[in-house]
Amino acid sequence: MTSRVDPAGAVVAARAGYGRLLAVLASSGDVHAAEDALADAFERALVAWPDRGVPDNPEGWLLTVSRNRLKDRWKSAEVSRTTWLEGAPEPVSLDDLDLEAIGDRRLELMLVCAHPAIAPTDRTPLMLATVLGFTAAQISGAFAVPSTTMATRLTRAKRRIKANRIPFRIPDRHVLPERMGAVLEAVYGAYAIEHSATGPRPHGLVPEALQLAEILTDVAPKDPEAHGLAALVELSAARQPARIGVDGRFVPLADQDPDDWDQKLIMRAHDHLRRAHACGVLGRFQVEAAIQAVHCARTGTEDPNWARIIELYGVLQRIAPSWGSGVARVAAIAELDGPQVGLAALEELGSLPETLLSGWAVRGHLLARVGRTDEARAAYGRAITLTGDPAERSWLEGRRSAL
Amino acid sequence: MRYTLLLNSGPPPAEVTEADFAAMQQAFDAYGKALAEAGVLVGASVLQGPDVATTVTLRGGSAEIADGPFAETKEALAGVFLIDVPDLDAALDWAKKCPGATYGVIEVRPSATSLLADGTWT
Repeated sequence: MTSRVDPAGAVVAARAGYGRLLAVLASSGDVHAAEDALADAFERALVAWPDRGVPDNPEGWLLTVSRNRLKDRWKSAEVSRTTWLEGAPEPVSLDDLDLEAIGDRRLELMLVCAHPAIAPTDRTPLMLATVLGFTAAQISGAFAVPSTTMATRLTRAKRRIKANRIPFRIPDRHVLPERMGAVLEAVYGAYAIEHSATGPRPHGLVPEALQLAEILTDVAPKDPEAHGLAALVELSAARQPARIGVDGRFVPLADQDPDDWDQKLIMRAHDHLRRAHACGVLGRFQVEAAIQAVHCARTGTEDPNWARIIELYGVLQRIAPSWGSGVARVAAIAELDGPQVGLAALEELGSLPETLLSGWAVRGHLLARVGRTDEARAAYGRAITLTGDPAERSWLEGRRSAL
Repeated sequence: MRYTLLLNSGPPPAEVTEADFAAMQQAFDAYGKALAEAGVLVGASVLQGPDVATTVTLRGGSAEIADGPFAETKEALAGVFLIDVPDLDAALDWAKKCPGATYGVIEVRPSATSLLADGTWT
């Protein structure tokens, strides 16, 4: 029944399966009760495993203890008669527990987290809490809110899931695409927070986004955009170590040394892109990832293939137009054809939204290159007020004072 | 699980042709039949306008009866459909099919508890 495994290590290892366990436990609709029960099971494991040895099937042990705990809760008086018990899975004993047979319910859990009845701003935090097992305090930093506020938001969202009986199942084909779109957006939200204009902790969530994106490709292997998103996050994460120089300063992409990039992650990204391509349906995340793949293909100090990047941004603007990709395309055009052509392309986009950090940074950069110093100073000034990243801010300030 | 679909809409347009009215009536009739056939309908009412509403309260200690709706708002409750379906997705599907959604907004609310026809609470 037990083996000679380091018990504390076994508990840590089992935590990697948190989302799988929670997804099974929460499928009765009560995420909060499932979390409580699972937390309790982990606590008991910390006591029981060093004492009695690590069970052969640690996840099965945790699931059984959690389920028994849920069963006690259902039986107890604290649960009113109005709680819907019918249809809730009957807790089982350890003997007939086969995790493989139960199956992976994490996609259902992610679909619930990104359900249209859940506020869009709560979807990413909810996924981080339920799929990865982060606490409100851990999540709150990345979202720049007090941990009590985050706890309240998570509680409210879980209450909505239970009270409305949001189903833990793959929806019908006619709504599945839009529901998957929301799941992708919520996972992307964990990645995009790094680029948010107001977050003070810009790099906080990349490993979490990476985990969520890879889990999503595990549970939805036939979704090309899930692979595209995983590739995008991996390519960004691969460059993460090169973004901050030895002196703690921000290093822009063009100045990064490709030798500092994580080649293993880049390889994994290419693998995801191949699998996405095999599905035969192009989407926004695949194109964004392809652009990052071109950036990652340069070696030494050579330029990336700007013509290819401009072309891909053109595709992106057609299938998912946005200010961000419009500005990025302008920056690439300026690299290939010079700052005058770039400025003209920027003018064509129209007047920049006031909060578009990349837009004002690119504008400042191009104006500086053509010698329009006063205007460049003003544009950099605006970009500086928009960045929440200290390293990026000091880089922008350096550019401005060098004018 | 029971859900109530609350139909909210603005005042009807000044000019409603008889054909418009008949078409909407027919749409609601078809919707009601679909609900009944699916076995999910508990009950429903499409309401007359808030301009004919009367309010009653005992909050002041005695009955106060007054003319006019409870709240003077642009959008007002225009109808209720009480349905019994497995989960929110099913309730949302029925809300999407409701003819009232074409001109108003349907609020879907889960029941906390329901009174059955035999007088017992679920």
